[in-house]
Amino acid sequence: MFRDRCRARRRHELLTRSVHEELDRARPSLTRRVSMGMTVLALFATFVGCWQDMADQPHFEPLETSDFFANGQAARPLVPGTVARGQLRIDTVFFEGKVRGKAVETYPLHKVAEHFRVAEQFRLSGGDERVMAQILDRGRERFDIFCAACHDRTGNGQGMVVQRGFPRPPSYHSDRLRDEPVGHFYDVITHGFGRMPDYADQISPADRWAIIAYVRALQLSQHAHVGELPALDREALQRKGGTP
Amino acid sequence: MAQIFHPSMNTVARVSIFGAVFIAAAVVSLLLLVVRSPYVTEVGVVREQPVPFSHKHHVGDVGLDCRYCHTSVENSSFAGIPPTKTCMNCHSQLFTKSAMLQPVRDSLRTGEPLKWTRVHDLPDFVYFDHSIHIHKGIACVKCHGEVNEMPLMWREHTLHMQWCLACHRRPELFVGDRNDVFAATSDSTIDPRLASDLVAEYQIESKTSCSTCHR
Ligand code: HEC
Ligand code: HEC
Ligand code: HEC
Ligand code: HEC
Ligand code: HEC
Ligand code: HEC
Repeated sequence: MFRDRCRARRRHELLTRSVHEELDRARPSLTRRVSMGMTVLALFATFVGCWQDMADQPHFEPLETSDFFANGQAARPLVPGTVARGQLRIDTVFFEGKVRGKAVETYPLHKVAEHFRVAEQFRLSGGDERVMAQILDRGRERFDIFCAACHDRTGNGQGMVVQRGFPRPPSYHSDRLRDEPVGHFYDVITHGFGRMPDYADQISPADRWAIIAYVRALQLSQHAHVGELPALDREALQRKGGTP
Repeated sequence: MAQIFHPSMNTVARVSIFGAVFIAAAVVSLLLLVVRSPYVTEVGVVREQPVPFSHKHHVGDVGLDCRYCHTSVENSSFAGIPPTKTCMNCHSQLFTKSAMLQPVRDSLRTGEPLKWTRVHDLPDFVYFDHSIHIHKGIACVKCHGEVNEMPLMWREHTLHMQWCLACHRRPELFVGDRNDVFAATSDSTIDPRLASDLVAEYQIESKTSCSTCHR
């Protein structure tokens, strides 16, 4: 882009120079000197422009604009139906939270752990209990980033954004939501629910499952007696510092 | 032959030779001042934006985490700027009549993205990567300042090579706990013993070879 523009400017320079030379032959020398000066100045300006070649090179940075495409974006949207390598989403349990159209009832722990292992960003180690604890940690982090603004950190539905006038979501601590299958939560995050926006673009499938594990832990933390909790949830509870 | 210059010109000549040193010095220091001025470095300068988006309101008052909007900052070189859909998560219900948000609603309707003006922009011959800094415990606030106090975004630092190197030479002065990387504020002092522990734990090296950033 830039180089082209500089080249065009230089070509323009040459053209103007020859016009000036013709004029010079016909006119007195003061004009000639002035126009010489102008040419030198203009040439100088051309090269000052070109010095930026290295600072603004002819490749596009992420989200840069381009006047080549109609909507002004250099980045092209994916052609519908594109499947990136390793992203074939045929596992409906994991990617839709459904089996044959019905919401999944049991938490797909092994699939979630497997997906986290593939994404190097998050290291998992140890047996099922350790893995679950790590997923819960991740879930808490993601919940606080994406959900707490409305649902509050405790899940009671009184987050900051709600206090500023957003419709109030239901508390997680109702019998209905405690009885909803995990697949329902996955569906809510992926497709939204009523006035709640969807989070499919912002949260990866594995992270959505991590959030669900944490939402379940939150629900338990406000409902169960400590005695009934499995050791794992008791541990999560202690880390949270919550009371039964 | 008559003298061309009056004898008093001797003084003028002496003064002007002496003064030339000062004039030269003044010109040089003026130049140095100019290259360090906000006019050139853009430090503290706010830009015209399509929507007056306020980090002070969204981060400081509402308490949103950076990653709600800058979703790729942990895993990629590029922090990411939120698409219109992200704004509409809340503003589909909040301030739906506000004139300030008209460009956001137009953008959602037409599919034409909002054109934010870049505030930080390194020359293309410099390679920069957010994720490594985040993973090595360098907080956003160390480079971008306290954005929760910024009604409009500005540059807190020059982004000069000198500035990058000041930290790359002595990362122990800037490192912090990984878990506090996204906190909007930070107490700028860290206990030197803790800092050197963190440098060891995160295996931070002092990277100053040219090819770190010019590749
Ligand atoms: C912008 C505010 C907002 C955010 C952020 C938000 N929600 Fe919601 N959520 C709502 C609202 C409002 C409702 C009620 C929707 C309705 O009934 O119209 C709701 C409802 C729900 C429900 C109940 C669905 C039902 O069956 O009644 C669940 C579960 C839920 N949200 C989970 C989440 C999770 C998980 C996240 C984080 C990924 C999240 N929400 C983030 C606003 C939000
Ligand atoms: C509600 C969404 C949102 C949140 C949360 C958010 N930002 Fe931003 N940020 C934006 C938008 C939109 C822009 C582009 C407009 C601008 O420059 O002000 C931006 C721009 C920036 C820029 C300047 C980018 C440039 O042009 O160079 C920096 C730096 C930044 N944000 C840092 C942060 C940090 C640090 C946090 C967390 C403490 C944060 N942001 C939280 C939406 C957000
Ligand atoms: C999580 C919810 C949420 C998201 C996402 C969000 N906002 Fe806001 N926005 C708010 C709230 C809450 C206020 C009111 C702030 C206050 O009262 O302090 C607000 C206020 C505003 C205002 C009014 C002026 C002001 O600062 O008070 C503008 C303009 C605005 N937001 C723009 C944006 C843009 C642009 C985006 C997308 C990059 C965005 N918002 C994303 C919640 C959100
Ligand atoms: C080591 C210093 C440093 C740290 C730490 C840092 N940034 Fe940046 N940030 C930069 C530089 C330098 C740029 C300009 C990059 C460019 O021009 O390519 C930038 C650019 C940005 C941009 C504009 C988009 C882009 O990626 O170019 C956003 C948004 C941003 N930073 C947000 C953040 C957030 C959020 C954090 C904390 C999670 C953060 N930054 C931490 C130095 C830093
Ligand atoms: C506040 C401290 C700080 C600042 C400022 C800073 N860096 Fe860094 N940077 C680090 C640390 C710490 C590392 C990790 C070094 C390591 O690999 O152990 C790092 C690593 C890097 C790497 C990756 C090195 C590699 O081998 O992959 C690049 C590239 C880089 N920085 C570029 C920059 C640029 C360009 C700037 C200025 C715009 C900058 N940094 C400013 C602290 C900083
Ligand atoms: C930590 C990252 C980093 C390292 C290491 C680094 N540079 Fe740079 N360099 C930068 C940045 C950032 C800029 C852009 C400064 C600006 O925009 O003013 C730059 C700019 C330059 C420029 C252009 C100056 C100009 O005015 O346009 C030269 C030449 C240069 N560096 C040479 C070097 C050499 C030689 C080395 C090795 C001794 C080196 N750099 C190491 C980050 C780095």
